[in-house]
Amino acid sequence: MIVVVDYGAGNLRSVANALIRLGYQPEITSRPQDLPNASAVILPGVGAAADTMASLNRLGLTDPIRQLITDGRPFFGVCMGLQVLFTGTEEGGWHECLGIIPGRVKKLPEGLKIPHMGWNQVKQQRDHPVFSSIPDEANFYFVHSYYVEPEDKALVAGETEYGTTICSVIARGNLVATQFHPEKSGEFGLKMYDNFLKLVAKGD
Amino acid sequence: MLTKRIIPCLDVKDGKVVKGTSFVQLRDAGDPVALARQYYQQGADELVFLDITATPEGRDTVVDVVEHVSEQVFMPLTVGGGLRNIGDMRRMLQAGADKVSINTAAVLQPDLIGEGAVKFGSQCIVIAIDAKRVANRPEPRWEVYISSGQKPTGIDAVSWAKKAVTLGAGEVLLTSMDADGHRAGYDLELTRAISEAVPVPVIASGGAGAPEDLYQALVIGKADAVLAASIFHYGTYSIGETKKYLSERGIPVRI
Repeated sequence: MIVVVDYGAGNLRSVANALIRLGYQPEITSRPQDLPNASAVILPGVGAAADTMASLNRLGLTDPIRQLITDGRPFFGVCMGLQVLFTGTEEGGWHECLGIIPGRVKKLPEGLKIPHMGWNQVKQQRDHPVFSSIPDEANFYFVHSYYVEPEDKALVAGETEYGTTICSVIARGNLVATQFHPEKSGEFGLKMYDNFLKLVAKGD
Repeated sequence: MLTKRIIPCLDVKDGKVVKGTSFVQLRDAGDPVALARQYYQQGADELVFLDITATPEGRDTVVDVVEHVSEQVFMPLTVGGGLRNIGDMRRMLQAGADKVSINTAAVLQPDLIGEGAVKFGSQCIVIAIDAKRVANRPEPRWEVYISSGQKPTGIDAVSWAKKAVTLGAGEVLLTSMDADGHRAGYDLELTRAISEAVPVPVIASGGAGAPEDLYQALVIGKADAVLAASIFHYGTYSIGETKKYLSERGIPVRI
């Protein structure tokens, strides 16, 4: 069972539509007990970090998410679903996040239009199965005002230029998370989800 | 490098696209889902649906259209036209829209911008501004119109854009009423004035007649994205041709 976590974020349907297009049957759920049994968990996200954390806490989802990632189970975080994995965010003051990945979430530098909105290139920093059949510097759709800075640079699988070099993909084993929205990134975006879910199938 | 976005706009009335019926080889040229799919395949960067339906029944059909499009087209969708409150916005977002654009309701009730931004995030809230040049001014000035361009408001477009962004809008969709429909180019001065005044992305709209016009809006108008309807609908230029032209002139676009 592929689970898309529903914590009230707006773009669940888009993520589910993308997976359905690929031939999967995602389960949209907000129940903590559905997470441990999932073959893969996708955490979508748009909106504010503090709200996202509050919703995850209220629904009792923070511990199951931490556990799943600690156990090395397949997990894909999207946009806010990437940012909340970090120690904390500077968005709206300082807010602690899930603390799974050591590092901070910071505001994009001044001088360019914020949000960073539109299609931008992802420079692949190393080989990873999620990039299978996706060319280096392919364009993906971004919309965000904050970016992640992991302490462990070895986690960075993809980078994107916008005023500064931002980490746009992290990958470690079965943990993948992107700053861009694969579900809004055309055929390469779909391919990335497909690569991830094929990886999951192999792992089983 | 962030690419410049090329955005076709579909005017939808009672579930049908009302402009652009001569568009290439579609079995039902007025079918917004088919048209959206075609634009997706041609490489459009985003789509804007403008609901020009006047009735509540018509509004239901737009929700339906958004649902079907979002099942088949994997790029950002903005829906605008007649959205009056948080409930209207939520309905469109739940149907699969990524952003909602608000115009008249935001002018009449500016708090709606902030409420939407808090509920759904600023990146979801597009402030749509219809602006018309004020005649006989030493300094150029543009006035905001509402109710589909029917009602002048006396509000200065540049000040309104700034205020709307301060209130929480994450993007500006700027239409020049003077240029709209003439296919003789965007209002570059207006576009540049707004783009330089706000820290968020600006989509230029109104007046596109050829790829050169899009180039001018991006370079001289400093727009972050360009919206066009008839040049794409009537098949005068495909999205692909337009992007190729822009790319050859040094504009970063997704090809």
